[in-house]
Amino acid sequence: MPFLKMASVSLLLSLLVMACGQGESNTASGNRQGILHLGNGTDPQELDPHIVTGVPEHNILTALLEGLVLKDPSTLEPVPGVATHWEISGDGKRYTFYLRDDARWSNGDPVIAGDFAWSWWRALQPSLGNQYAYMLFAIKNAEAYFRQEVSDFSAVGINAVDDHTLEVELANPTPYFLQLLDHYSYFPLHRATIEKFGPPDQRGSLWTRPGNFVGNGPFSLTGWQLFKRVVVEKNPHYWDAENVSLNAIHFYPTENITTEERMFRSGQLHRTATVPIDKLAVYRRDHPGLLHTHPYLGNYFYRINTQVPHLSDKLVRRALAMSIDREAIVRQVTKGDELPAYTFTPPGTLGYTAPDGFAYDPERARALLAEAGYPGGDGFPVTELLFNTSEGHHKIAVAVQQMWYKELGIKVSLHNQDWKVFLNSVDSGNYGIARAGWIGDYVDPNTFLDMWITDGGNNRTGWSSARFDQLILEEAPRAETREKRYRLMREAEALLLEDMPIIPIHIYTSKSLVHPALKGLEPNILDYTLYKNLSLDNLSLDKDPAAELPH
Amino acid sequence: MLRFILSRLLQAIPVLLVVITATFLLVRCAPGGPFSAEKAVPPEVVRALEAQYRLDQPIWQQYLSYLGDLAQGEFGPSFRYPGRTVNELIAGGLPITAELAFYAMLVAILIGVCAGVIAALRPNTPQDYLPMSAAMLGICMPSFLMGPLLVLIFGIWLEWLPVSGWGELAGDKLLPAITLGTGYAAYIARLSRGGMLEVMSQDYIRTARAKGLPERVVVLKHALRGGLIPVVAFLGPAFAGLLSGSFVVETIFQIPGLGRFYVQAAFNRDYTMILGTTVFFATLIVLFNLLSDIVAVWINPKLRHQLSRSR
Repeated sequence: MPFLKMASVSLLLSLLVMACGQGESNTASGNRQGILHLGNGTDPQELDPHIVTGVPEHNILTALLEGLVLKDPSTLEPVPGVATHWEISGDGKRYTFYLRDDARWSNGDPVIAGDFAWSWWRALQPSLGNQYAYMLFAIKNAEAYFRQEVSDFSAVGINAVDDHTLEVELANPTPYFLQLLDHYSYFPLHRATIEKFGPPDQRGSLWTRPGNFVGNGPFSLTGWQLFKRVVVEKNPHYWDAENVSLNAIHFYPTENITTEERMFRSGQLHRTATVPIDKLAVYRRDHPGLLHTHPYLGNYFYRINTQVPHLSDKLVRRALAMSIDREAIVRQVTKGDELPAYTFTPPGTLGYTAPDGFAYDPERARALLAEAGYPGGDGFPVTELLFNTSEGHHKIAVAVQQMWYKELGIKVSLHNQDWKVFLNSVDSGNYGIARAGWIGDYVDPNTFLDMWITDGGNNRTGWSSARFDQLILEEAPRAETREKRYRLMREAEALLLEDMPIIPIHIYTSKSLVHPALKGLEPNILDYTLYKNLSLDNLSLDKDPAAELPH
Repeated sequence: MLRFILSRLLQAIPVLLVVITATFLLVRCAPGGPFSAEKAVPPEVVRALEAQYRLDQPIWQQYLSYLGDLAQGEFGPSFRYPGRTVNELIAGGLPITAELAFYAMLVAILIGVCAGVIAALRPNTPQDYLPMSAAMLGICMPSFLMGPLLVLIFGIWLEWLPVSGWGELAGDKLLPAITLGTGYAAYIARLSRGGMLEVMSQDYIRTARAKGLPERVVVLKHALRGGLIPVVAFLGPAFAGLLSGSFVVETIFQIPGLGRFYVQAAFNRDYTMILGTTVFFATLIVLFNLLSDIVAVWINPKLRHQLSRSR
């Protein structure tokens, strides 16, 4: 059949012709034009800071908006943002912020203290459904206003004295208050823009679309194609625009992390959001300069349901915790430079390090289990270990299952559930032991400890300690000095780890692949990036930077 | 013919109603709601959100108001993307998924028909075994293997084609289309081989050959039309399958199409999105089945005859 053969051959040829000429890679053209291409995890749900909850949205919003203070990416200590300086009263409850004269919105309007006051008012409107409203509860009466126990907003401790002075009164001295201010729930919003597109408490009005969005950050929103990319370009009205080196940033949704790694390899991204576990060893061996890993402010742990009879005994819970070889897990299972966790708060959280609550000690664990009435695991009921469906969680669960069987002689059955089903099971206490993860909202032990108060929404273990509640809710917030406060926090964490309603496994690491041309990234436990510090090195164009990438 | 089409369209209404009702009830039965998250959501917020999405109403009332919206062509707001309606999301993703499905179908037909016809011409010889083994391989090879494999070879080793994206870099539509199309190409190859084998043994082919027509004309002009009837019947459902089954390929290649958020909506318990996409795909499948029936009647004189006699 010469005709058919000819047809097939010409089809293949035409496909090949279509295929040719891939052209210049994103990174090569980006380096030349100052355009940064970033992998950004999941697709952003929204760009309204009072609606969103995720890290991808955070990454974009910090380019578009700026709070009163920023953080120094190397130390995470507060540095001036819209406020040039601030004063804190002697009792630690009153903060006065002095706003810079040259702060501008992307449409040229001045950024004034009233913008902050209005935005925080909006963040506290219950009808808006802001899941991060609690971030503002440090402010006096903010919680009462949100719960509609106080209806007059003037009772809330927010006062715009004049255009350039903002006074904030706190409910308690909150030493980490400055840390909160560059969370997006504290960012200012442009009132006239939001009101133009609907009532301020309307979810999903069109003010966040490109062309409508007015921000005060180093970049402004110029493109947002769902599932494709979000484009931000340098904002000429930004007060520090002369120090912004990049001309634009393109954020790509990269839910599929293996595709993301391939995009990086083919020069489509300057930086990935994460790295597939099975690629870590390859990069470590062949291209260690491209792989960036550092500890992250988060803890991978197991919750224990203290309402289940045989798990209600703290001896049993301690035995379970002490018989897990965390070194082996991070070395052989997770393999991403994670730190074995013996505390709940990651060590070195702004100067706070909790005392180790336990150690890996199988001998002692066996003794504890025997003391609890299960010598050698005899009579210990088969316990369910629940995790949300994921290869990574499954591997860790299998390792833990083996360790408990080997060291304690107890049997554990593994159950995986789809994410939402899993959340439902854990929330309703329908589990024995369940996998969990917690990422701090700000750099302070409080974000890891206040969740364990009695009946706290994130407790979910049924554990309760009156002394712990008192320390976290009453004593620590009133402590005069950081040292004293940390001492109280350490006491609280020791109580938590003594009773062990949770089993810490490891401290997360942040992992990413970084193109050699990208400069100015500072590793820190928050994975905090100050985009205005980033630049793309044009010089490396002399030798094609893509040549350094693995193929 | 018109009566046939009309009656089929009327039959579609109860089918769609059953699909809507079953989906509506099933998603509500699934544990976990659209607003549950690792970090506990305060009850005030849950109340506000439920009121906003009418989830605070009794379920029958929600069902009725959903049907009312649907009758006006409104799928409602998405839960996961607060600023977007389901209509907007479908309208955004559909052209891309349809384009992908169209190219994949093209790939499938071109490869499938060629391979099937070549195989049917010399049955039980290497010329038959080779394309048919390849077809078997194509059927067995899932797209989550085929995709990365093609990317590795053409994207990373040879650097001929982009590894992801859609309409951004030259040639980035090729690998997704091939990945999605090959599985269907394999089916089409087997169907067209079967169809051709049957037709090639018919009397009218012998007559054509006896007239002294060259083999090319016999095959392309006389045999192909009859031999492709099974393929045509397969095309309708196949196209609907391509549209609704592009999830894996869209994920591998980061394509902003409909398939991706069809599956994600289920994981996110995005009620309106699950319902919207399901109803939409159900309608498509019904329509494409109808379309392929019409085409089958049109190219098959026997069926046409039957239809006009039953009138």
